Amino acid sequence: MADLVNLTIDGRPIQAAPGTLVIEAARTHGIEVPAFCYVPGFSLQAACRMCLVEVEKMPKLQTACTLAVGEGMVVRTDSPVIKQARKSMLELLLTNHPLDCPVCDKGGECELQDMVFAYGAGESRFTEVKHHVDEKQFSPVVFFDAPRCILCYRCVRACNEGMGVGALGVVYRGVVSEIAPSHGDHLECDECGQCIDICPVGALTSESYRYKARPWEMNHTGTICTHCSNGCKTTLGVRNDHILRGNNRDQSGINGDFLCIKGRYAFDFTHHPERLQSPLLKVNGEFQPVSWSRALLAVAKKFGEVKAAGGKFGVVGSNHTSNEENYWLQKFAREVLNTNSIDHHRTGDLPTFFDALSGRTDALATVADLYNTKAALVIGADLSQQQPLLAYQLRANWRHHQAAIYTVTEGPVRERKYARQMRIAQPAQQMDAVESLRTELASHGELVILFGDTIKGDAIRRLVAFGDSLGVPVKYVCLVDYSNSRGAADMGLLPDLAAGYHAAASTPGLTLPEMLGATDLDVLWVVGANPLAGGASFAASNAFVVVQEMFMTETAKRADVIFPAASAYEKDGTVTNVTGEVQQLRRALKTMGTKPDLEIFGSIAKEMGIRDFIPANPEAVFDQIRANVRGYNVPLPILRTGGAALTMPVNGRVPVASRPDLVQSNRDTLFTSGSLGRYSDKLNNVMERDRVRLYDSGVTAP
Amino acid sequence: MLFNEPSPLEVKVLSRRFELPNSASIDTFLANDGYKAFMKAVAMTPDDIINEVKASNLRGRGGAGFPTGMKWSFVPRNADKPKYIVVNADESEPGTCKDRVLMENDPHQLLEGILIAALAVGAKAGYIYIRGEYRYLIEIMDKAIAEAYSKGWLGKNINGTGIDFDCYTHSGAGAYECGEESALLESLEGKRGIPRIRPPFPAVSGAWQSPTVLNNVETYCAVPSIILNGGKWFADLGTPKNGGTRMFCLSGHVNKPGVYELPMGFNLLRMINEVGGGVWHGRKLKAVVPGGSSCPVLRADECDVAMDYDSVAKIGSMLGSGGVMVMDETTDIVRVALRTMKFYQHESCGWCIPCREGTTWLKKLLQRFDDGHGQSSDVNLIGEVAKNMLGRTFCPLGDAAAMPTIAFVEKFRHEFEAKLAVAPGSFEDSSRLIQVV
Repeated sequence: MADLVNLTIDGRPIQAAPGTLVIEAARTHGIEVPAFCYVPGFSLQAACRMCLVEVEKMPKLQTACTLAVGEGMVVRTDSPVIKQARKSMLELLLTNHPLDCPVCDKGGECELQDMVFAYGAGESRFTEVKHHVDEKQFSPVVFFDAPRCILCYRCVRACNEGMGVGALGVVYRGVVSEIAPSHGDHLECDECGQCIDICPVGALTSESYRYKARPWEMNHTGTICTHCSNGCKTTLGVRNDHILRGNNRDQSGINGDFLCIKGRYAFDFTHHPERLQSPLLKVNGEFQPVSWSRALLAVAKKFGEVKAAGGKFGVVGSNHTSNEENYWLQKFAREVLNTNSIDHHRTGDLPTFFDALSGRTDALATVADLYNTKAALVIGADLSQQQPLLAYQLRANWRHHQAAIYTVTEGPVRERKYARQMRIAQPAQQMDAVESLRTELASHGELVILFGDTIKGDAIRRLVAFGDSLGVPVKYVCLVDYSNSRGAADMGLLPDLAAGYHAAASTPGLTLPEMLGATDLDVLWVVGANPLAGGASFAASNAFVVVQEMFMTETAKRADVIFPAASAYEKDGTVTNVTGEVQQLRRALKTMGTKPDLEIFGSIAKEMGIRDFIPANPEAVFDQIRANVRGYNVPLPILRTGGAALTMPVNGRVPVASRPDLVQSNRDTLFTSGSLGRYSDKLNNVMERDRVRLYDSGVTAP
Repeated sequence: MLFNEPSPLEVKVLSRRFELPNSASIDTFLANDGYKAFMKAVAMTPDDIINEVKASNLRGRGGAGFPTGMKWSFVPRNADKPKYIVVNADESEPGTCKDRVLMENDPHQLLEGILIAALAVGAKAGYIYIRGEYRYLIEIMDKAIAEAYSKGWLGKNINGTGIDFDCYTHSGAGAYECGEESALLESLEGKRGIPRIRPPFPAVSGAWQSPTVLNNVETYCAVPSIILNGGKWFADLGTPKNGGTRMFCLSGHVNKPGVYELPMGFNLLRMINEVGGGVWHGRKLKAVVPGGSSCPVLRADECDVAMDYDSVAKIGSMLGSGGVMVMDETTDIVRVALRTMKFYQHESCGWCIPCREGTTWLKKLLQRFDDGHGQSSDVNLIGEVAKNMLGRTFCPLGDAAAMPTIAFVEKFRHEFEAKLAVAPGSFEDSSRLIQVV
């Protein structure tokens, strides 16, 4: 690397690429240069003056966050002048900062505390009266305490640059300068709360967490958000089996510094008052709480009778449950109940997609690819609403690398702000609109195509053929709705395809609509799904219905037996996100009376006397998945340490006819999450909820 | 209209038309060399214009004193983007009121200077950023611009020369910070008036990220005379490296305050005694702030100095924006320091920590001190807090607040200490303290 720049920092010879900022060069080599306002990836501010360094031949101290390395530069970060400068800067910062650390949410994990501890003075010489402003509420979930604010403008940039929303700005000037909403007295935004996460002090606080706990009282568990399909890491702060907050302050996981409202706040369903916490048995049309053993006995007995009589089972799996649970459910259905009538709510046409790709392992884009690709095409999805992390990645890519973004959607989307081309087209015309962009799409050397449920069946084959004809490497993302939509298909919750998209051993079973329409079904077993939502009818009036659920949904109401299920935050396992990356769920808490679905399957098997179907634990089931589902033989160390591993579950063609008629996205927005979203008060309380529509020009509209 | 009697010691170059009837009208201007320099510059190459300005030793009149010709030469000759001329008429430095008389009495001289700068760098549009408090000057400038358009000195194909140039006024909104060039550009673009990270400098990336020439009103006003009479002629009016004349704004405790055009290097004591008619009421001179409130104060014994950039810098102060503030022997320096800091505290934009918090701390500290509640340790503290700001702020506003404060404490420490000897204030005084805080 001949083109590296040579410089010296604190006497250490250091090499860095031209254009590298001194602060980055120093940090890369383990030399800490403190800063509040400097955040990699966001615009430079040079406002906090904490990163001042001495540079030979420069008369004044320089901010390391704005100074690019230069050949022969001699930098000092540890001289008495610098130590004094940092000390004085912190003394100045603390003049108007209230020292309410004992009650401040940030106490214990506050960057200002840490900085003062490391670089500050033991006492202040400031004896005047501090400036005070009363606390304000910016939104149902965001509070602002101006005196604590050190005006590093991180929140302003996270909102404007990171989210493309720009709901925060600065008003007034001088010492009374204040962070303020851009729209009067309230935020009109995604309510993602990233302003809170990025705040180095306790100025921005979260409604769900403020004044509830000290950070060190909580156990922190990094797990995967259970709402949309993006698979963001959310770190749950749990005290006494109550989740108090979700965030991603350690910036781990595929989402880095990103987390939307669902990952941050919508964990409150776990303690919703309507949460089911006891098995329920329907007696004379009324549900009665019963013991687990009584409920299990009733189910096992019925399953055994119907099986012995050769009756008809129907099994509906979930988009939210883990891979292990989905794998076990379809195995149970096929091998114990002898039925292929197993299905789930399909939100993307994955079988056709994999068939069209014919097992090409290099054709799947990862979340990281979206940040690095030179060009991306979004078809049939309001990405900022439906796939917030993917939208964030594309936005960051455009900001940092000027990526070429193209959209073909039913209405205006937020990506229009930076898209090279935006085409409005109804679903049936979207492929034609894509064709019209051919020359431009082929001009960037590579392309990632993200498509929603408007592209299904033959349209997918046409799209892949189109991609193949561009003459540049093309990767795809088949957009799906929920946290394990991809895993549900991969694990074989399909009537014609077993795990790994292998043809089901015997004749195909009933699809979900066929199950609901069949009058002669003897047993319907629904695990973590709500097929009767929105008034759908179930024809088999005499069928025995078993439901594993967290809430009394429309489907649960029709049940004969309900098992109270654990949520994703209450179990271990793995899930596969929209881009096909497998990640690990970790149990963060236990809710009394509930059991993970996998455990319920084992209990039923035990009650039926089928010893082979009692899984030891999720890890043992995952070993079976690794052995049986292609692509899932991922390196365990990556998974166990919180990493994400890409899977390509198909090798060759998928032996099945497309059923585009069964594919329908739920079209959730940022503030809805299928049936689950109904039980999150936080999602329901944000003021924008009723006003948000997909294709509503991308930002919340009045 | 002039607000002071001219002095016979003045060398009138920029102000030579001030006393003519209707001096602001284009007819008066045209009858007295108006736009002749522009027509001369049209015949010159851009390099010739810049070289003439370089030869004149004209240095930026806003305060920093950067050589104007050199600044213009930094503008890239071939740029894809349009180039702009921006005039800093955000004259806000306490003690400074020269741009005001230049625009009020001879607005076309400024327009001609802008046009010549445009020729030198190839700009097609110019903006005069006028401080919000100068509302009436915006009207004067707008009228002058309208006159220039109607007589063909602005717009398309200026008087047959084939040159196009449009000029606009833009009002500030009352922020001292917007006199800092990069904050001015932010404000001009309609954003919050906070300074930008530099480099890049405006010559390369200024207004709308395009190459921009940004100078003070007085700087542009000097350009027509330089072109008309030659750079050497202008340079010879002043001292080496300090060409031309300077509009000095003489204020404070003198008998004849006013704006006087004097050659660079004019002696400060002569300025006070002969131009300004001496310290008022026959009192003795105590101190002088030589170039606007951000310049370190000079004691009476330091005032025998030539008023050019280099000589004043040599004795530890700055020529600044030409605001000479004279203080007689009765002046309470602690009050001066407090009043000065009140200004900077009020005007700090709040962007960076040391300026935002430092000016506020100093204001509160000086207020308490002035109220008679100072402690002996406060004298050092005032100087130390100011030194902790110095050279560490984002833009020069922090330095502008720190430098005079440091000088007040260092040069008049005995006055601060004397305040301590006074018994704490009466009951009324302490109630005032509470109100102020």
